[in-house]
Amino acid sequence: MHPDRRTLSGIPVDPVYGEGPLPGEYPYTRGIHAGMYRDRHWTMRMFAGFGTAEDTNGRFKELLRSGGTGLSTAFDMPTLMGRDSDHPLAIGEVGRAGVAVDTVDDMADLFADIDLAAVTTSMTINGPAPILLAMYVAVAEEGGVERRLLAGTLQNDILKEYQAQKEYLFPPRPSVRLVTDVIRFTAAEMPRWNPVSVSGYHIREAGSTAAQELAFTLANGFAYVEAAAAVGLDVDEFAPRLSFFFNSHSDFFEEIGKFRAARRIWARWMRERYGARDERSLKLRFHTQTAGVSLTAQQPEVNIARVALQALAGVLGGTQSLHTDSYDEALALPSKEAARIALRTQQVIAHETGVADVADPLGGSAYVEWMTDELERRAGEVFDRLDDEGGGSILEGVYAGIESGWFMGEIAESAYRFEREVNAGDRVVVGVNAFTEGDEGGSSRLMRIGQDTEDLQRKRLAEVRLARDGSAVRTALARVADEAGRPEANLMPALLDAVRTRATVGEVVEVLEDVFGTYVETTVV
Amino acid sequence: MQPATEGRTPAELLAAARDGERRAIARLLTLVERGGGAADAIAGATHRLAGTAHVVGITGAPGSGKSTLTSALTTLLVAGGRRPAVVAVDPSSPLTGGAILGDRVRMEAATVAGVFVRSMATRGHGGGLALAVPGAVRVLDACGFDPVVIETVGVGQVEVDVVAAADTAVVVVTPGWGDAVQANKAGLLEVADLFVVNKADRPGASDARRDLDLMLDLTEVSGACPKRRPVIVETTATKGEGVEDLLAAIDAHHAVLVGGTGLEVRRARRLAAEVRARLDHLLGEAAGQALVEAGPVAGETTVETARRLAGRILGTGDTG
Amino acid sequence: MGAAPIRVVLAKLGLDGHDRGLKVVARMLRDAGMEVVYLGLRQTTGTIVDAVEQEDADVVGISMHNAGHLTLAPLIVAALADAGLGDVPVVIGGVVPDEDLDELAAAGVGAVLGPGASAVEVVASVRGVVDAGVRATGD
Ligand SMILES: Nc1nc2c(ncn2[C@@H]2O[C@H](COP(=O)(O)OP(=O)(O)O)[C@@H](O)[C@H]2O)c(=O)[nH]1
Ligand SMILES: [Mg+2]
Repeated sequence: MHPDRRTLSGIPVDPVYGEGPLPGEYPYTRGIHAGMYRDRHWTMRMFAGFGTAEDTNGRFKELLRSGGTGLSTAFDMPTLMGRDSDHPLAIGEVGRAGVAVDTVDDMADLFADIDLAAVTTSMTINGPAPILLAMYVAVAEEGGVERRLLAGTLQNDILKEYQAQKEYLFPPRPSVRLVTDVIRFTAAEMPRWNPVSVSGYHIREAGSTAAQELAFTLANGFAYVEAAAAVGLDVDEFAPRLSFFFNSHSDFFEEIGKFRAARRIWARWMRERYGARDERSLKLRFHTQTAGVSLTAQQPEVNIARVALQALAGVLGGTQSLHTDSYDEALALPSKEAARIALRTQQVIAHETGVADVADPLGGSAYVEWMTDELERRAGEVFDRLDDEGGGSILEGVYAGIESGWFMGEIAESAYRFEREVNAGDRVVVGVNAFTEGDEGGSSRLMRIGQDTEDLQRKRLAEVRLARDGSAVRTALARVADEAGRPEANLMPALLDAVRTRATVGEVVEVLEDVFGTYVETTVV
Repeated sequence: MQPATEGRTPAELLAAARDGERRAIARLLTLVERGGGAADAIAGATHRLAGTAHVVGITGAPGSGKSTLTSALTTLLVAGGRRPAVVAVDPSSPLTGGAILGDRVRMEAATVAGVFVRSMATRGHGGGLALAVPGAVRVLDACGFDPVVIETVGVGQVEVDVVAAADTAVVVVTPGWGDAVQANKAGLLEVADLFVVNKADRPGASDARRDLDLMLDLTEVSGACPKRRPVIVETTATKGEGVEDLLAAIDAHHAVLVGGTGLEVRRARRLAAEVRARLDHLLGEAAGQALVEAGPVAGETTVETARRLAGRILGTGDTG
Repeated sequence: MGAAPIRVVLAKLGLDGHDRGLKVVARMLRDAGMEVVYLGLRQTTGTIVDAVEQEDADVVGISMHNAGHLTLAPLIVAALADAGLGDVPVVIGGVVPDEDLDELAAAGVGAVLGPGASAVEVVASVRGVVDAGVRATGD
C-alpha cells in the first residue's frame, strides 16, 4: 500500500514515526488516515467563477482538460445575497467577483458538457444555498444523471455569516432550519454529497486569531450537530458527511497546531458529548485555503512566498484539500498566470519537498505538541462560555453570541489589535512596514470584468422571464411560501419544483423573506 | 478647523430650516452642539418658536433595543401622518474625544420613511450634553418636528438626566431579573413614566414585568415615587409587535400631562435644569479664568484661595 | 475644548459583507478624535445621502470590496451633488487597483485608501480632504 519513499540522498523513510496514537487512530490528532499523503495526495482544488455562466464553464473545462477532477464555484455577490442580476442593489456587481446565476438555465450553462456523475463540485454559497443545490440537482436530472450519483460540497454554513462574512438573508433560526433541511435531504437522497462545510476561513479573514477561528468554527459545527439531532436525525446518519474549511495563515506552527487541535477536539466531542459511534463521524475532514487577508498590494510577488509557506502549513497539518491564493488577489480577480503559479506551488510541495512521504512529520515535536494542547485549551474556554450562555446547548449559546454581537466584537477587537501592532511596527509585514524599497506598484495584467457582462446577464434573465410559464412559477412559489411556514416540512422538494419552473433565485428569496423576515446585524464596531 | 457658519448667519439658517431645508436643520444642530456664540444666538432665536413638540426620552441598558424600538415607533408615527425626529446620543471616548455613533444602523426603516435622525456624541459628558440636547430639541421643535424622541444609554448620570427631563420618559428593560435590578440601581425606576419590556419574544418577559411591578410596589410603599404609577408595555421591537401599544401609552401620558398641570411642571423643571447647566458652565469658565489670573498665593490654604476666588467671581469680595 | 471633532459618515455601498476594513477604519478615526456615524453594511446611495445631510458630515467614507468601484463611486458622487451636498468630500476604501485612481479622481472622489493603508495614512487622508476646505468656500 505504501510504496517505498527515499530522500534525495537515497535514504529510505517509513510512512510514520513516533509512538501512538498514530495517524488514523483516535483521537486523530496526527491525521485521519494511517498512510496520509503516501496513499493519496490532497486534492488541489482551485476556486473559479467570473462573468456569465458561459465564461466560467469555459474555465471549468480548461481545468478538467488539465487533469483536475474537482470544480469549485465562486458566485457573484448578487447571487450570494439572493438577488437577481436586475435588482437595483446588484448594479456594478453582476459577474464581477464570481459567476452570476439567476435561474436553472444559468446553472445548466455553467455545467454544460461536463459529466456531473464524474466530477465533484464544490459550491461556495450560504444564504441561498438550498436554492442553488436545487438548481444543481435539477440540471443533473434534466441531463439524465440521478441525484444519488452527485458528489460535492455545499458550503451552506450560515452561522459564520452572522459572525463574520455577513452574507445572511434571514434571521438565524429560520436560516438554520434551511441548513437542516439540506442535511436531511442529502442524508436521504444524496449519499455522496457534503451538505455543510463548516468554515473558519471567513472568521479568520474577518480578523479573528487562530484560536478564535478554531473555537468559533468547531462551536458552529457542534451547533449544526445539535440542530440536526433536534429535527430527528441520528448523529451517525449525517456527521460523516460534515466537512470543515480552515484558513492557513502565516504563523507557521500556530497554524499546524490549530489543524491538529481541531481534529482532536472534534473526535472527542463527537464521541463523548454527541454519542457518535461510526468512526467516520469522529474524523474531521477539512479543506484549506491560504490567507487572502495576508496578501499585500505592495510588492505583490512576495505573496508567492507567503502562499507557499501557508500551503506548507496546511499540508503539515493534514489537510484533505487545498486552495492556494494567487499573488495578485489583493488587487483583483486572479489572472491566469498568477493562478497557475499558485497551483504549481502546491505541486512543488507535493512532488519535490518530500513532506508528503511521512504522515504528520512534526508529531512529537515539543513545540508543536504544546501548541496543539494550548489551542485546544483556549478553544475549551470558548465552548464553556457558549455552553453556559446556551444553558447546556452550544446551538443556543451560538445564537446568543450572535444576537449580543459577542462574536463580532471579539473578531473586531482582534482585527484592530493586529492593525495597531502593524502600525506601531511591533509586527513586521514585509514590503508594508519594513523592507519597503523596490515596490513598483500593482501588476498591470489585472483581470477584470466589464459592464458588458452585467448588461448581457440582464438580457438573458429578461429572456428567461419572458419564455417561462408565469402561472406555473406563481403556483410553485406559493408552495414554497406554504412549506416555509410549516417548520416541520422540508423545503427542498418545493424548491426543486420552483427552480424547474424557472423561478429565479431572487424570487424564491423574496418569498422566503416574507415568511422568515430579514435580519439586521447587531453592530459591534 | 471648520468654518462656523459656512457663510450663513444662524438667523438665515433658521429661516431656511423652517422652510424644510434639511441641511440647514443639520447645520443648526452642529452649531448648537459646538456651543459658544452661535449656539447662544440659536437658543435665543428658537426659544419663542419652540414649545409645541412632545419630547419623548428613551433610555435603558446598551443592547436593550432602544434604537430598534425608536425606529419602529417613529416609522409608525410617520404612517399616522406625524413628523417625528430623533436625537440619538452615544458616548464619546474619554481618552480621545472621538466616538462611534452606531444607532442609525438599526434605524434604517425610520430613515427610509423620512424620519430626521441625528446622532450625537456626549463630548466629554458634563455640561456639553446637558446643554446640547435641549438646544437640539428646541431647534427640531422650532422646525415643526413633533414628537422629538431622544435616545440615550441609561448608564451615565447626564444621559439619564436628559431623559428624565423629557415630557415622557420611557425606560426599556429586557427579560431577565438582572435587567430590572440594574435599572433600579441606575436610578431609572424613579425616572420612568413608562416601562417597556422589550424582546418579549424571549422567555421571561412576564417575569420581568412582575419584577418591575414588585419594585414599583416597594417604591410606592416607601413613598419615594410621588408620580402616577408607570404603565408597563411589552414589545418585540424587531417584529414591530406591541409598538402600537407603546405609542398609545406615550400619547396617553402626554394627554394626562396636557390635561393637568403636568406639562408646565415638567417644562419648568426642564428649563431649570438647563439654566442650572448653563450656570455650571459659566461659573466653571469663570473659575478657570480666576484661577489663572489670581491663583494660589504662598501661605494661603486651599479653602482660603477658593473663597477668595469665589468672592472675586461673584463680585462680593471675600465670601469667607 | 479645541476645535469641534470632524464628523465622518462611514458606510459600505453594495452587497458584499467585508466589513473588517470599515470597522478598523472606524476605530482608527475614533482614536484620532473624530466622530464616526457608522451606517454599516449594504447601504444605498439614498441612505448615505440622508445620513450625510442629517448628520452634517464633514466627509463620507465608502468601503467597497466588490470590484464595482468604477460603477458605484460616480453614482454616490452624483447623488450627493444632486442633494446639494457636492461639497462633502468622498473617500473610497477597499480593493482599488492603482490604474483606477485617475478615473476615480476624475469622477470627483476626494481620496482613495487602498488595501494596507496604515492608521496614519487613513487619518491623514480624511483630515486632508476636509482641510482641503472645499467646504470652507461652499454653501
Ligand atoms: N429578540 C429580540 N431582539 C431584539 C428586539 N429588539 C431589539 N433586538 C435586538 O437587540 C440588539 C440591540 O438592539 P439595539 O436597538 O441596537 O439596542 P440599543 O443599544 O438599546 O439601541 C439587536 O441585535 C436587535 O436586533 C426584540 O424585540 N427581540
Ligand atoms: Mg442604540
